[in-house]
Amino acid sequence: MNDSNDIQALRTKLQGTRGRTYWRSLEQVADTPEFKEFLHREFPQNASEWLDPVGRRGFLKLMGASMALAGVSACTRQPDEAIVPYVRQPEELVPGKPLFYATAMPFAGSGVGLLVESHEGRPTKVEGNPEHPSSLGATDLFAQASILGLYDPDRAQVLTHLGEIRPFEAFAAAIRQVLTAQQASQGSGIRVLSETVASPTLGAQIDEFLGRFPQAKWVQWEPFGRHNVREGSRQAFGEYVDAKYSIERADIILALDADFLCTGNGALTHARAFASRRRIDGDASQRNRLYSVESSPTNTGTKADHRLLIRASEVGVFASAVAAQLGVAGATAGTVPETARAWLAPLVKDLQNTRGRSLVIAGEGQPASIHALAHAMNEALGNVGNTVVYTSTVETHPMNQRTALTELVGEMNAGTVSLLIILGGNPVYTAPSDLRFAEALDKVPLRASLSQFHDETAALCHWHIPETHYLEAWGDVRGHDGTVSIVQPLISPLYNGHSVFEVVSALSEAGVRSGYDIVRSYWAGQRGTSTAAPEPVPAVGSLAPLPGAAPLSPFDREWRRWLHDGVIPGTAFAPKAVTLQGNAVAAVPAAPSGIEVVFRPDPSVYDGRFANNGWLQELPKCLTKLTWDNAALLSPGTADRLNLVSGDVVEVKQGSNTLRIPVWLAPGHAADTITIHLGYGRERAGRIGTGIGFGINSLRTSTTPDVLSGVDVAKTGDSYELVSTQDHWSLEGRNLVRVATVEQFGQDPNFAAKQEHQSLAGKVTMFEQRKYEGYAWGMTIDQNVCTGCNSCVVACQAENNVPVVGKSQVANGREMHWLRVDRYYSGELDNPDTYHQPMPCQQCESAPCEVVCPVSATVHSDEGLNDMVYNRCVGTRYCSNNCPYKVRRFNFMLYSDWDTSTFKLARNPDVTVRSRGVMEKCTYCVQRINHARVTSKLEDREIRDGEVVTACQSACPTNAIVFGNVNDPNSAVSKLKASSLNYPLLAELNTRPRTTYLAIVRNPNTELEPARPLGTGEEGH
Amino acid sequence: MDKSHAPAAVSAETAALLSRTPPVIEPGHTFESVTESIGHVVLSKRTPIGWFLGFFIAFILLMVLNLTIGNLLVTGIGIWGNNVPVGWAFDIINFVWWIGIGHAGTLISAILLLFRQQWRTSINRFAEAMTLFAVACAAMFPLLHTGRPWLAIYWLFPYPNTMGLWPQFRSPLIWDVFAVSTYGTVSALFWFTGLVPDMATLRDRAKSPFARRIYGMLALGWRGSAKHWQRYETAYLLLAGISTPLVLSVHSVVSFDFAVSVLPGWHATIFPPYFVAGAIYSGFAMVMTLAIPLRKFYHLEGFITMRHIHNMTKVMLVTGMIVAYGYANEAFFAWYSANPYEEYMMANRMAGPYAVFYWSLIAINAVMIQLFWFRSVRDNIPLLFILSLLVNVGMWLERFIIIVTSLHRDFLPSSWDMYAPTRWDFGMFAGTIGLFLALFFLFIRFLPAIAIFEMRTIVPEAKMKSEHHG
Repeated sequence: MNDSNDIQALRTKLQGTRGRTYWRSLEQVADTPEFKEFLHREFPQNASEWLDPVGRRGFLKLMGASMALAGVSACTRQPDEAIVPYVRQPEELVPGKPLFYATAMPFAGSGVGLLVESHEGRPTKVEGNPEHPSSLGATDLFAQASILGLYDPDRAQVLTHLGEIRPFEAFAAAIRQVLTAQQASQGSGIRVLSETVASPTLGAQIDEFLGRFPQAKWVQWEPFGRHNVREGSRQAFGEYVDAKYSIERADIILALDADFLCTGNGALTHARAFASRRRIDGDASQRNRLYSVESSPTNTGTKADHRLLIRASEVGVFASAVAAQLGVAGATAGTVPETARAWLAPLVKDLQNTRGRSLVIAGEGQPASIHALAHAMNEALGNVGNTVVYTSTVETHPMNQRTALTELVGEMNAGTVSLLIILGGNPVYTAPSDLRFAEALDKVPLRASLSQFHDETAALCHWHIPETHYLEAWGDVRGHDGTVSIVQPLISPLYNGHSVFEVVSALSEAGVRSGYDIVRSYWAGQRGTSTAAPEPVPAVGSLAPLPGAAPLSPFDREWRRWLHDGVIPGTAFAPKAVTLQGNAVAAVPAAPSGIEVVFRPDPSVYDGRFANNGWLQELPKCLTKLTWDNAALLSPGTADRLNLVSGDVVEVKQGSNTLRIPVWLAPGHAADTITIHLGYGRERAGRIGTGIGFGINSLRTSTTPDVLSGVDVAKTGDSYELVSTQDHWSLEGRNLVRVATVEQFGQDPNFAAKQEHQSLAGKVTMFEQRKYEGYAWGMTIDQNVCTGCNSCVVACQAENNVPVVGKSQVANGREMHWLRVDRYYSGELDNPDTYHQPMPCQQCESAPCEVVCPVSATVHSDEGLNDMVYNRCVGTRYCSNNCPYKVRRFNFMLYSDWDTSTFKLARNPDVTVRSRGVMEKCTYCVQRINHARVTSKLEDREIRDGEVVTACQSACPTNAIVFGNVNDPNSAVSKLKASSLNYPLLAELNTRPRTTYLAIVRNPNTELEPARPLGTGEEGH
Repeated sequence: MDKSHAPAAVSAETAALLSRTPPVIEPGHTFESVTESIGHVVLSKRTPIGWFLGFFIAFILLMVLNLTIGNLLVTGIGIWGNNVPVGWAFDIINFVWWIGIGHAGTLISAILLLFRQQWRTSINRFAEAMTLFAVACAAMFPLLHTGRPWLAIYWLFPYPNTMGLWPQFRSPLIWDVFAVSTYGTVSALFWFTGLVPDMATLRDRAKSPFARRIYGMLALGWRGSAKHWQRYETAYLLLAGISTPLVLSVHSVVSFDFAVSVLPGWHATIFPPYFVAGAIYSGFAMVMTLAIPLRKFYHLEGFITMRHIHNMTKVMLVTGMIVAYGYANEAFFAWYSANPYEEYMMANRMAGPYAVFYWSLIAINAVMIQLFWFRSVRDNIPLLFILSLLVNVGMWLERFIIIVTSLHRDFLPSSWDMYAPTRWDFGMFAGTIGLFLALFFLFIRFLPAIAIFEMRTIVPEAKMKSEHHG
């Protein structure tokens, strides 16, 4: 302002106004971006305070209070312009009718195609994109929960420099200044640290950036993921390739510590393919057989026909022994653990009998050499080209991330890094502890971070740029098979965020460009088609082709098709010919003795990036059913030996590294192994995630990122309250889960019905049976294919506005999930069979809940639904007491967040937000039934089979849940109910549930498990 | 009476036995002495220090009740320990416990009246008052245990409305509403009707004009004319007739709350008689708990004699044995049904996490009760006081066992959970005890705790007069 030119400009401005103008400061008159920013944000310094730790018990309460603040900061003065309502309604937008847009969620190095439901411009629910090969219509729990992440009020909302608010232009200018200075040294002091890049556009931007600064380095880092997979492929083939599995073609699958059904790239596709060989309505005649060798129980292990529990370091020894017998060159048969010896011969025989139709998969936590070994085994078994093909990598710049990060830290410590730009990720939290990343970071003169939260890394950086959520910004990402999806935003950035594309562009010669332009121009360049159109480029938000509009440019024709379909056709990778290197297989060292620790990403909050997501925190973790915490999982046998019970705090120690963490007994865990999940102990996650659980970084070092051997475990005498939603393990001999082997099923296809305690044939009621004339909704749940992945639980929570209650309420048995996945064990404690039983409302035809309600708040619909009338409910809880399935949930307090304004946007407007004192439960997604009813009536037809898809059903990767009209004998659900595997739970109570279950048929190898008649095992009670 | 009408030819042994039966009123009482000693408690200007002390404690507890209810309405029933699967816990345990306690009053005043059991006379008034106060405490729970009491308070009643919405008549909770409200109404009427002649007595004897006015209003213009007495007797008998079935029906209906459900441990046909017996059992225990200190501190041993004490222990012995039979029956049918859920329910009661409560219950209600066979025990007043308290504890535990152990582990092991009460659960329970005691203290201070006019009918004077007239 002290420049005379500026003074002149101010005078001109003031003269240019008409009438009396009030101005507060010279900055206002000058109309600088800084002042505009200041006006928008009344409380510049408070961003960090929002992240201060608060008790999660007060989570709901504080949400309300602090949102008052957040509301102030986010409020913009009402524009002076007149607001005019729709006179002409935008095309396709009918208030009350949601629209679906195709997009994709980038996650840990690949993307899953999605269709996102939008109500009047608010994205409310994520569905899978059936056209997308990585989704096939299903989603994982992270995609389902990402909706809540979008609206998280704790997300960073302002761009800051040393805590001061700055406009984006100031950031771009500051960095560009350094870049210019670095031009001379070709950028030797510049380092960029990003997450794994699977975006072709960003890949091109990286190339451009590194072209400009050849001496700069672009490092990618994820704490978990494909490190070993990547290096394993290079070890085996001398180059980075991705293995693409055709699970549906495999008769025999050997999983080496691999959770391929639930984690990693393509897990949804794997699960679907695996299920296709197990479904009674699929290719059940040729059931596949899954052998799982694992240390820590995984969902994949629970689906295995044979499960071998050995320590993680012994898996390699075992695999090597198998490989040696298969004739893999270089494989050595070392000392196989005692328990595994009986496995070798039958397994090898099975694999050899199915050459070309078998598959060996190594897990992400196994070292690269085991991956190479698995590749060699597949090669030896003739599986390559049949059940597995190799393709280019989904990542644009594959690298050994662990080495790269170590090098980067070395350079930072050496003081050769003058600018570090961190694009996404939270390396201060996720980097191995021995790297001392935070200390090294401090030595970098200028550092900037782009992230959604003002997290641990952001706190140590000079610049922090709020990152957009994937639903807020344009982008692109490859699916697990290479198929590209355009990431299409559904809402403009809620918190002034910028995407990684925009940030990289702002630093490039191209300058500040919108994400839309960046992605579009990249793809226009790729296609080589013209974007020149006879009409202007359509603005964001009105992408739908207008009927009768002017002709589109050649590129736009394709572009619009891509956006509509959610995939760019023909971008999937073709199989690539690779040759196994001669030295691919190395001798596997003998497993070290002693207790070892296995590090895994948390099943709910992953590597901590979802720590502030209430849905995921409260989600009972797949097998332990723990919520709100992580723990050291160990087998009951080991715990017994160490004299530990669940909740005992232990000190896990190796060398000078120690970790205090409570233990949790996990049946089906390998002995002498402890599984610890990363993702907790966050210091700056937000109001929900800060300070809960236990940070494990003190143990996890760069040399032992997956398995840490030779640890000491000492009981401290302290205890800690761990909260799980299912305390009881056993089935108590009840006939709730019915299981037979293939042989037993062949001998007696009606085995499920024969396990009834008491068969209720015919009418056993004094009253006339109710007739269902029109639709009669029903559901089947196929326990053969349910992997217990929890997607359905989060999908139900998102669809039905199910509240989060917090740890103390869960401890009191008051979690609100309408759909839970019950997990039962049977058999021996240390290696039990594990079953998953999703439990929604059973929608009984003769419902015990209905007769006992004094005010008719739960009543039967003429389509057989057991409806809840929230307005009428007074909350006696008698219905819940009388529900044999205990699927009813009661609002003991005001659990729904009525105050946080962003959460209001997140809600499904078709479902009531429940208040205190009201009972609630699964409705079979009655709002979706009603949508279909309206549509069908308008079209004067019946609702078609498959037209109503419940939220749980649509999320399910394995299609375990089938819903439809049981009055229609041709509906999918009716056909399943006609199957001999179909059985209702607790049939002897004569509740006649509409939800029924399909009994499990296992396919064990008779050499490993001698055949026995039904009723002699645990199955026949 | 027994003595006077005893045939001359009874054996020496029987005579000895009869002579050991204490009288229903101490010899030597006259009309005047009865009126004086009972009326004095009320009309005296000097309130004993003990009364103030007792009332103060009761009042503190009453304030705890206010605090709990306040928090309950503001925060929600989440302040209690209830959860899923244990949807009902202290709330319904206390409801059933209080309702059960109320039963003795009606039994004593109505059924024993119809059976012409004269010994009831000296205890019926305060037993009825106890009933009324217990019902008041009980009625609070079904209302306040709902999630939205402000709606439950009228939606449970069948009132005509424009939406044509009625309660759901198949629900036992609706039957409860009718049973408890009928019981409360009839008990209040019965109690007040019985009070009318005594109100007149107090009106006539009161010195202070204020008291005279109040008692005068409550006496409804009673002048003791033959017409009054004749109408009174008719009304009282009619009310007794109406009350009698209620003794059986109320607790039967309460037991339907459980018996109608499908839950193992609740779904049992024995529940109605077993609940009624339990109610009478606990009711008499409460009468005993109140009578023993009452006769001691107000020197009413002459009216509440050992005869009453003996009879009450005998009733408790009989009903206690019925209750014990109920326990045996539950266990037997759990086994006989061959139903795995029933079997597990019973095994869980006996050896599960709440087994200590189950065995305490058995120890009190099935084993300890056998002490009442012994005359030495029946004569030992301090011991009886302790035993009567224990019976109340035992009956509370019975409801805990029925409600909590059945709910916490039902059909699907996945939903099994534990229940633990919070301080607010105890606050609510202690609060209702405070309410009960506060009302009772007010009652003995301001109303005749023993029916004066009825006592006058059993003094020897009355007999002489009636014999003379007769």
